[in-house]
Amino acid sequence: MSNNQKTYWKGLEQLTNDPEYVKHADKEFPEYLPVSEQDPNSNSRRDFLKLMGFGIAAASLAACEAPVRKAIPYLNKPMDVDPSIPNYYASTYVNGGDAVSVVVKTREGRPIKIEGNKFSSVTMGGTNAQVEASVLSLYDKERLEGPMKGGQPTNWDTLDAEVIEKLEEIAAAGGQIALVSNSILSPTTNKAGSEFIAKYPTTKHITYDAISAYGISESNRRSFGTAMVPSYDFSKAKTIVSIGADFLGTWISPIEFTKQYSKTRKINEHHREMSRHFQFESNLSMTGANADYRTPIKPTDEGALVVSMYNAIAAKAGQAGVSAMASDATHMQQAVNELWAHKGESLVVAGSNDPNIQILVNGINSMLGNYGTTINTDSPVHFRKGNDADMAQFAKDLNAGNYSAVFFVDCNPIYDSPEGASVAAGLAKAGLTVSTSDRMTETAAAVEYVAPNHHFLEQWNDVELKEGHYSLVQPTIRPIFDTRQTPESFLKWAGNSVEYYSYLQDNWRSNFFNRQSDTSNFQTFWDKTLYDGVFEVGGSSKNLSFDAAAASTAAGSIAINYKAESTQYQLAIYSTVGIGDGSQGNNPWLQEMSDPVTKATWDNYITMSQADANELGISMREGNTEKVNLTVGGETMSVPVLIQPGQAVGTLGLALGYGRTMAGRVGNEVGVNAYPLVTKLDGANFYSVLAGVSVERTKESYKIAQTQTHQTYMGRENVIQEATLEEYKHDTGAGRWHPHVYKGGEFVAPGEVSLWKGHEYNNHHWGLTIDMNSCTGCSACTVACQAENNIPVVGKEEVLNRREMAWIRIDRYYSSANPEGGKKELEIAADNPEVTFQPMMCQHCNNAPCETVCPVAATTHSTEGLNQMTYNRCIGTRYCANNCPYKVRRFNWFKYHDNTQFDKNLSMNNDLGKMVLNPDVTVRARGVMEKCTMCVQRIQAGKLAAKREDRRPVDGEIEMACASACPADAIIFGDMKDPESKISKALHLKEKDGEVKVGEKRAYHVLEEINVNPNVWYFTKIRNKEKTEA
Amino acid sequence: MQVTSPVRTPLITGGKTVHDVTEDVCRQVEGKPSKSWLMAFTVAGGVFIIGLLAVIATLWEGIGMWGLNKTVGWAWDITNFVWWVGIGHAGTLISAVLLLFRQKWRMAINRASEAMTIFAVICAAMFPILHMGRPWLGAYWALPLPNTFGSLWVNFNSPLLWDVFAISTYFSVSLVFWYLGLVPDFATIRDRATGIRRKIYGALSLGWDGAAKTWSRYESVSLILAGLATPLVLSVHTIVSFDFATSVIPGWHTTIFPPYFVAGAIFSGFAMVLTLMLVTRKVFKLEDYITIEHIELMNIIIIVTGSIVGIAYITEFFISWYSGVPAEQYAFFNRMQGPYWMAYWAMMTCNVISPQLFWIKKIRTSIAATFILSIVVNIGMWFERFVIIVTSLHRDYLPSSWVMFYPTIYDIGVYLFTFGLFFSAFLLFAKFFPVINMAEVKSIVKSSSEKTA
Repeated sequence: MSNNQKTYWKGLEQLTNDPEYVKHADKEFPEYLPVSEQDPNSNSRRDFLKLMGFGIAAASLAACEAPVRKAIPYLNKPMDVDPSIPNYYASTYVNGGDAVSVVVKTREGRPIKIEGNKFSSVTMGGTNAQVEASVLSLYDKERLEGPMKGGQPTNWDTLDAEVIEKLEEIAAAGGQIALVSNSILSPTTNKAGSEFIAKYPTTKHITYDAISAYGISESNRRSFGTAMVPSYDFSKAKTIVSIGADFLGTWISPIEFTKQYSKTRKINEHHREMSRHFQFESNLSMTGANADYRTPIKPTDEGALVVSMYNAIAAKAGQAGVSAMASDATHMQQAVNELWAHKGESLVVAGSNDPNIQILVNGINSMLGNYGTTINTDSPVHFRKGNDADMAQFAKDLNAGNYSAVFFVDCNPIYDSPEGASVAAGLAKAGLTVSTSDRMTETAAAVEYVAPNHHFLEQWNDVELKEGHYSLVQPTIRPIFDTRQTPESFLKWAGNSVEYYSYLQDNWRSNFFNRQSDTSNFQTFWDKTLYDGVFEVGGSSKNLSFDAAAASTAAGSIAINYKAESTQYQLAIYSTVGIGDGSQGNNPWLQEMSDPVTKATWDNYITMSQADANELGISMREGNTEKVNLTVGGETMSVPVLIQPGQAVGTLGLALGYGRTMAGRVGNEVGVNAYPLVTKLDGANFYSVLAGVSVERTKESYKIAQTQTHQTYMGRENVIQEATLEEYKHDTGAGRWHPHVYKGGEFVAPGEVSLWKGHEYNNHHWGLTIDMNSCTGCSACTVACQAENNIPVVGKEEVLNRREMAWIRIDRYYSSANPEGGKKELEIAADNPEVTFQPMMCQHCNNAPCETVCPVAATTHSTEGLNQMTYNRCIGTRYCANNCPYKVRRFNWFKYHDNTQFDKNLSMNNDLGKMVLNPDVTVRARGVMEKCTMCVQRIQAGKLAAKREDRRPVDGEIEMACASACPADAIIFGDMKDPESKISKALHLKEKDGEVKVGEKRAYHVLEEINVNPNVWYFTKIRNKEKTEA
Repeated sequence: MQVTSPVRTPLITGGKTVHDVTEDVCRQVEGKPSKSWLMAFTVAGGVFIIGLLAVIATLWEGIGMWGLNKTVGWAWDITNFVWWVGIGHAGTLISAVLLLFRQKWRMAINRASEAMTIFAVICAAMFPILHMGRPWLGAYWALPLPNTFGSLWVNFNSPLLWDVFAISTYFSVSLVFWYLGLVPDFATIRDRATGIRRKIYGALSLGWDGAAKTWSRYESVSLILAGLATPLVLSVHTIVSFDFATSVIPGWHTTIFPPYFVAGAIFSGFAMVLTLMLVTRKVFKLEDYITIEHIELMNIIIIVTGSIVGIAYITEFFISWYSGVPAEQYAFFNRMQGPYWMAYWAMMTCNVISPQLFWIKKIRTSIAATFILSIVVNIGMWFERFVIIVTSLHRDYLPSSWVMFYPTIYDIGVYLFTFGLFFSAFLLFAKFFPVINMAEVKSIVKSSSEKTA
């Protein structure tokens, strides 16, 4: 501005310095005004009226001006915040005992999308549905807006003063204080906790986990002398045996395991080997659905199976066995033989929380030499540090009045522990009850003070995922509400008013900085760690040897505990991939995520085998089923039945995480709460009920909202093409189905006959490959897509009406009971079916049937191969959806935004929730069609970034939301015009006579025979089986 | 004018004179509305209002009020559309094709059936508009109008756009044809009327003077319009069938659709004409004009078209097997044995079996039997469209997307709305317009010198 030397004149008068002008120059209106008080001749009445008229007019005009609302004037533009340019921050997802290194995308200061952090050696850039959905929880209006006292809002000063006062009273009286938490992974939070304990030495820290792995740590204590949950490395395993462990879906560290597991399932013509996976389980878990050999067993059979396996391996190893139990589980002997054949390259895992089972599993792995290869005890994981025995003792002590104060640290035991009722009852006996829950949970509602924690996206913290593997939590938004970080609260109550950020940095300066040698400047170290998000130094070597005596004792306990009463049902309690332990119950994205196996949303239910359902007379069609009265011990609850192929006969499955009463408007009263049904075995929470389970038919009809109600693929080879590994070894095109059409006297490939002229792609040609061998069905992609593309939640009623809006879905097909049978018989799923997962989204057909039929040309083909949808032009005839052979188009049947009827669609129905919307993607209006765009906004952004730097986009720079979320790397997105891209290589694209041919023999188009010529390729499913079987 | 042999049985019975014709037809127009008319109109109006509520709810809340879903994007809406269009075929066929074939028996029924055509096409046209997600835009965006959106233009590849042209052409030609025929009759009414009615009918009759030259022009235009309308009878339903035939969905993708749809349309159109005429002749005492012979001739057309439809069904079924395409085979298996088997067998029974009863002379000359069967045929034809649309869509290629469609009360309500509209309009027509073409019928009344039957 200072350089601007120009002078502006008010008029010629000023330039010429007209004396008349100079006389009036200081006045606002230099020219003569007809209003003058001095002039005696003036008519003051008229002037008064003039002035008043002008005044009223001016005042009313000024009042008409629209006030500026919610404008953000930048006096000084903040660094790094450029409108429309996203920023990415490395951080860590933390929820209970789960933690995942992530990268958070923010736009204009709002976190809108979470992706995996590829620098983490633990999760390797993978995410899952719960991580992807957690960004919506940040903008949940039902989080607490500030501290609470007795259910009423209060302020931090009052809360702190009263808590400290009471703590001091209790400390003076020598009263016991309990800190109840889930596994705390943060070393600095633990340090803050120890400061609190140092200040109040009568404090006891009780750790529990909603879904406990205490059985594993306890078994390790008994068999190796160290209580811990080891790390597993499935990528090194050639034979994997899982006894009821849903390690791809819910067990310990599913993202990590999926990453590792999928590495063993990738095959190509140069690498024709893959792991073989045996699964023995009661419910059909997602992991079981991926197994090569799956044997349904009852929970009581687990004991005999583990003992028999132990003895069989011991016999091979020439070691002493334990007292024998007979197991008739199919594939058991085969599994044992193959485990032994792959000593040191195998892995046996068990999902049971019975320490005795886990001891024998440890023994088996130990005899197989898997410790040090597929099992890593040097870096035990910290995800499950809970001690069920402590928790049970706490509940007893609380009821006995032994605790004067209880602090619930970011946990909800009244809901999510089997001791819930007992804790709730005993709370009255404690003088001071505090929760740090960030929302009014069942537990927070029962305590006196709530000191709400930040959401993980609002806080500074650190996390130790595994021993020596750290990950930083970095805030990506200023705290939305008047919340305070839990460790800061505890420091405050311990009398340390330090700001947690500097406390964290100090801790890192003193305890972590010295563990590296890259830099001697702490700031450099801190900045780099913050940038990477992770700091990994590796674990410490532990010399462990298996105590065979523990195995004998364990076998003895198993012989006593696992006795089947043949007349009764057994209950296998599990957790679902979407809802998990239920802590994110108020997240509608997770509630509406279709379960990988049952394809059900918005509910939990009893999974029951067809045989048992027949016996009870229950049938299920199109989600219409019945409620039954489930009685376990003294508890009776009314639960709907879902008939589940693969369910062990005589067992029932029921998921945890549902039946919340204080989750919020979304999560309340969804399903039933199974936590009270969890039993105890050898001190650990035991998730099977072996006796005393009965089911009574009520004939009350009920609808379960499933996104897919047809179970089999009807033997359609144009949809699912699969083969066994044996066949693949001989022919990489095994399992392929080649349709032919008749043309001029011969049969030719469908592509040879076409009315279409084809499209010319001169710049890019985007494509997608989906490896059905890698896809585990985990559905992380579906939630990632929902977050990226502003896909509305429609609620249970609309899912029942078959109107869910998912742009990407995972089709789950069971094999038919009788594949040779008639068309009706093909509809019936096998009792223990083979399962295939097929992610399905818009196929971006080159000969798109949708494009021709739109009367207004609202859906068109781009010059880069995308089938694009112009929402503004769409008039909603739905002809395109009808004519889509893949049925991937989704119609806006109602207005899903700003509509009280869809208030569960949190991201579009309140101002706070709307902050999660991706500003690059339109929120669709009522009456228009929508579908997968191949994340065109990301493609455009990537192309723009490359153009600014005058280069071509680099492969991998542009990534679809589903592909980047996939923990199994099953989805490859890229430019098929770029010969160096991953997709070109995966498809072995070769140019011949100006035509690009796909050289990869596994690659096929779904519904090739109709020659819509998609840009999405599927890779055949290969099972590591001797032969195909139902 | 061609000459008719005096030995032929007269088409008009009861020894009607030319004056009787005028009296019989004008009586309804000039008299006070009868009790039965008032009752019928109240019912039709009531149905219209109830249906209108469903239409308003749909427009206000969205298409979600209907039972459609992610897989079944069309159901009752397009079923009703095709059904009404089909019904709208008889009028033009009777007036145009039969005119060209010099079938004089058409004269007593062509007026009413043309009116029926107009109203049926109006009802049909409701659905393409109402079924849109955004009808307030779609109603004109689907037309090739010059616009300020840049180069935005309609998609001439889309069969829906062809529908727009086909239906609008058919509607305008039918309307002109119908109105032109009304002009001399309006003039007759005008000449008998006084006061305000004279003015209204005077305006409607476009200054008809009854001069020989006027008559000559009238005849020429009728013939030209008949020539124009004839191909339309075939084209409209051919194009409607393209909505399905050009798609990739098994059960839709069928080359037999055009003739099959046209035959079906005439079939259902004649059935609807019969339903309406049987009531009209009774209520308006026009038994001498619409005789048993008319009924019998129309029933014969129903046998012919019904049989064509039946052969089409069987051919379709055979081809699905013969094609060796599994998806196609499953689509037809699913029609017969899938969850909507009732709709398929309802269609088969009503459309293929029931019209065969007309081979028996006693049945095809029985008014009661004809009335019942005419309704049965239209029920069958509704199910035919339902079977084609819903059973093909609900289980197409990927079994993961297989669903069921269940109608809601709004689906039913919108259908009722068109019924209300149709019958209200028809009743108004029957009351205020001459239901029989007086001018034409007078040409076949035996003159006084001839012996009357």
